[in-house]
Amino acid sequence: MLSHITPSVLAALGGVLGILVVASLVSALLKRLHPDKNYTELIQRIRSWWIMIGIFSGAILLSRTASILFFAFVSFLALKEYLSLIPTRRADRRVLFWAYAAIPFQYYWVHEQWYGMFIIFIPVYLFLLLPMRMVIIGETKDFLRAAGTLHWGLMTMVFSLSHAAFFLVLDGARNPAGGGAGLVLYLIFLTQFNDVAQYVWGKLTGRHKIIPKVSPNKTWEGFLGGVGTTTALAMILAPHLTPLTLVESLGAGLLIALGGFIGDVTISALKRDIGVKDSGSLLPGHGGILDRIDSLTYTAPLLFHFVYYLHY
Amino acid sequence: MLQQLFFALIVRPLVLIVIGLNIRHRERIPLKGPAIVVSNHNSHLDTLVLMTLLPWPMLRQLRPVAAKDYFLRNRILAWFALHIMHIIPLEREILGRHQDPLAPCSEALKNGDILILFPEGSRGDPEQMGKFKTGIAHLAKRNPDVPIAPIFLHGLGKALPKGEALLVPFFCDVFVGKPLQWAGDKANFMTSLESAIKALAEEGHRPAWE
Repeated sequence: MLSHITPSVLAALGGVLGILVVASLVSALLKRLHPDKNYTELIQRIRSWWIMIGIFSGAILLSRTASILFFAFVSFLALKEYLSLIPTRRADRRVLFWAYAAIPFQYYWVHEQWYGMFIIFIPVYLFLLLPMRMVIIGETKDFLRAAGTLHWGLMTMVFSLSHAAFFLVLDGARNPAGGGAGLVLYLIFLTQFNDVAQYVWGKLTGRHKIIPKVSPNKTWEGFLGGVGTTTALAMILAPHLTPLTLVESLGAGLLIALGGFIGDVTISALKRDIGVKDSGSLLPGHGGILDRIDSLTYTAPLLFHFVYYLHY
Repeated sequence: MLQQLFFALIVRPLVLIVIGLNIRHRERIPLKGPAIVVSNHNSHLDTLVLMTLLPWPMLRQLRPVAAKDYFLRNRILAWFALHIMHIIPLEREILGRHQDPLAPCSEALKNGDILILFPEGSRGDPEQMGKFKTGIAHLAKRNPDVPIAPIFLHGLGKALPKGEALLVPFFCDVFVGKPLQWAGDKANFMTSLESAIKALAEEGHRPAWE
């Protein structure tokens, strides 16, 4: 059953489990030591982590197809959250339907390892198809806004994220240490770790605001602390999960830390534009699904093309 | 049995996965009958969503109050409405002076059922709240001890509006208000009910949809 998983991937999943256990113990201890303080959000957050990581690990261990379906479902939730958040036009209901219908196709190309189609389906074909469908309906008021926002959503929530899934179908022989699942784990773990690291460094040492108009809580200290920690971890993990050399893994770490930050503040800008604090309520303690995958919408395609160019 | 299967295999997956709910104040949902759930109405999905919120063992005792002329207009629909949805058919036009269209509703409340009622009377324009009809006030007056839970729904009118057969997924807001009870006179009661639902509507973010 586990033939598609290498021992180091199993070990890495075990490591994540260990981190979760420690986080749960620490939060339980904090609650006991300071019964007067409110730790609800922290506890909810960790509980949501358990569920997310549980489903993700289950899919990874089960099979490659299950893992691809997992990412397809995340894309569906993200696109649905995005389309529920932004202004849409009544006339475009059927256009939105086609945008959703793109998700199974995109992940089917992944499953079939059809790289050429995977890489142009949304940027070329859907980019051309959806405005055409809008024109057939004939509503011209706010046409540009509708076509632009819809394509941005598809690129971010479906095209970008599907890169994480494409790691799964890359030739395993070129990455004997980790295989496809190893690269996925490397991407997801470092992206999420970077979020936490930037947050913790910012809380502990943050003074100078980095981008106050978009995200007032982000600081230079948090950002740089995150970049340093994430890059170091990227270099430590690379030989076990990826085909990257030491110098390459330095680049991968910087790419994930920097890309993760930008993905995060891009979704922050979207939320600020719309006027909401959280993108939804799907993940108690975190907010919506976009609040969790914001960094990944940048890191997934960036790391993928970095690794693909160098090794595949 | 058929109703259980229909809800377990079709309605729940549809509501929880394809649509997805954003529920606020879930603890205010009545857990036992008799009770009345009152909500704005934009889509056929409204009834299904409300039925999934209420306690699972109560399923047989959830009674959507629905227009007789619409839901009993042909045999297949009538069978579905009566045996799967367990609706209480409501006569929209009062035919004679001695008829009491609300009698079956009061009867159901006596049996401890939970009524689901849409005082706008029909689904109306998508995501626009119409004027409330006063049938609910008569019902409240006759059953002053029955709690009435106001619920605001948003998003289902986008997912499946009146006159459309194609479902397009959107997350749906379900905001539950504090229970109301008969306030002593009709005008007061209707005002407090409408303002309760409007106040719930103000709690959320509703993007433009035109």
